[in-house]
Amino acid sequence: MYRYDEFDRDFVNARVAEFSDQARRRLRGEISEDQFRPLRLMNGVYLQLHAYMLRIAVPYGTLSSRQMRMLAYIARTYDKGYGHFTTRQNLQFNWPALSDIPAVLADLATVEMHAIQTSGNCIRNVTADHFAGAAADEVADPRPYAEILRQWSSVHPEFSYLPRKFKIAVTGAEHDRAAIQVHDIGLHLKKNAAGELGFAVYVGGGQGRTPMIAKKIRDFLPERDLLAYTTAILRVYNLHGRRDNKYKARIKILVHETGTEELTAWVEKEFAELRDTELALPAEDVKKIEAYFAPPALADRPEGWGALAAAQRADEAFSAWVRRNVTPHRHPDYACVTISLKGIGEVPGDATDAQMDAVADIAEELAFDEIRVSHEQNLVLPHVARADLKAVYDRLVAIRLETANAGLVTDIIACPGLDYCALANARSISVAQDISIRLGDQKRQEEIGELKIKISGCINACGHHHVGHIGILGVEKKGDELYQVTLGGSGDEVTSIGDIVGRGFTAAEIGGAIETVVDTYLGLRAAKDETFLQAYRRVGLAPFKEALYGSEAKAA
Amino acid sequence: MAAKFILQVLTANRLGDGEAVWWSADRRWSETLAGSEIAHDADAAAALEAIGKAAHAANLVVDVNLIDVELADGVIVPLRLREKIRAAGPTIRPDLGKQARPAAARAA
Repeated sequence: MYRYDEFDRDFVNARVAEFSDQARRRLRGEISEDQFRPLRLMNGVYLQLHAYMLRIAVPYGTLSSRQMRMLAYIARTYDKGYGHFTTRQNLQFNWPALSDIPAVLADLATVEMHAIQTSGNCIRNVTADHFAGAAADEVADPRPYAEILRQWSSVHPEFSYLPRKFKIAVTGAEHDRAAIQVHDIGLHLKKNAAGELGFAVYVGGGQGRTPMIAKKIRDFLPERDLLAYTTAILRVYNLHGRRDNKYKARIKILVHETGTEELTAWVEKEFAELRDTELALPAEDVKKIEAYFAPPALADRPEGWGALAAAQRADEAFSAWVRRNVTPHRHPDYACVTISLKGIGEVPGDATDAQMDAVADIAEELAFDEIRVSHEQNLVLPHVARADLKAVYDRLVAIRLETANAGLVTDIIACPGLDYCALANARSISVAQDISIRLGDQKRQEEIGELKIKISGCINACGHHHVGHIGILGVEKKGDELYQVTLGGSGDEVTSIGDIVGRGFTAAEIGGAIETVVDTYLGLRAAKDETFLQAYRRVGLAPFKEALYGSEAKAA
Repeated sequence: MAAKFILQVLTANRLGDGEAVWWSADRRWSETLAGSEIAHDADAAAALEAIGKAAHAANLVVDVNLIDVELADGVIVPLRLREKIRAAGPTIRPDLGKQARPAAARAA
């Protein structure tokens, strides 16, 4: 993985020193909250309902064991013994004291981590496919480009005060696991007919109160032009994006109001001026960055096939875990392992310090020291020999992280919601727990098959509800929580925004309503292998409306 | 007849650690909602607001707000769920926050 050079190290250390001084002056009352607020936000420090919150960047979701152990240490030493992995592949601590945060940042810097640009109207953490560099279906590892974008965008003087925040996602596979079409810029790394690497470029996707699917403005951008083209897009956005209305300030609104054709013309015009400048990526620089992401030396381990089959026959729970949480690796003797942070009835994305330490140990001993955070709020061990899967599983059982539900109905994304978040209008986690308990029976879950439920506690959509196969949005109505259900959303290569099914449900009703939707699907699917999303796309809203609202739906 | 005044209390988060606090009847920032000074009319609410502004200016607290409450058998109960959760802690983690502390548990 990427290692800081001297410049990176000095830069992060200087920022820690700067923020430590700012926090000290704030605590002494030498600067006001109005002065301090933008400074703390630039360093990932929010104020939530119960305490401050620190959001730590996990660049493109990649962690080493050493870094994971530091997160565990911080959870134990400065927080309440757990951390929350987010839908942007980051980690949040919910309880740090402001007076401790300088020490936390100093500790993070020792393992090459920071919280810079995890807030504010700047280019945020660049996210990537969590199976990057390992997946069988990948053309090339997208992370070197994510790292190039990270270096380019860190305190970029021109792009530190954009009209609004800006999120970039990169994938290197046809099957999009990074939800690139709901990002401000989505990059799909691919090869052209000549075998050269480049990107399909999508612009103007996003969720929030105005969900939009990104428009493809380039089918193939040569690798060398990545920064010139990205700069051109950002420059157009910085110049033309709205600053008069926070709710209309994202690039998706600019793309929508300008029209794709005209916006593309603006971008291409800027690009024409930038393409042969210092922004052109020298091939040797790309190679240098790529070297950091060189895959581990994977020795052939063909004995794994037989051992695995025998272990699966002997242990049904292990067998279920292999069915659900193991994904093909480009090396046939290896696999990518999803560690579900969605234990039945538990808080999506939370891990204790002890679990983080144990995952770090497993990764170090059995998975080439590499861990990923997925935007679906799980952890991933990208390189595990099939021969070692049972050993990994047994160690996950010991820390209660063996839930066999990746991609199933209980693998729910949920934002922190009103249990923590100052912006939320309703709780999300409690709804996720309710649904998880209702549908958590392993046999029933597997019978239901792939079904992604995503829950947000406010219209900002951190829980990605718009692209949930079943989406749930919590709102406040007359002082009570009310949950609106959408169906048919999807965040993959065939992205769609979910359709609102009808009037909302109370906190007491929502779990039952989701069960009704699931049962309706089971009753109407054409075959056992027709997924919820396929079935929905075939039949539309009507049967679900009927099941949820009965005669009320007919009258409407 | 004038509309019925909705009772209010003053809340904020402590600067140093972000802890949710309320202005208490014994004129200090308290970690529990119980014992808060209650404004029964607009003048009392304005007085609370002034206390909040002064505390904010003195860098003791941040995010100062007057919140609506009611009295249920003498116990102060916020009207909004948001404020109920602030006063207790995350509903999904009863082992954390004020609800996990003996004093708050007794008051609840």
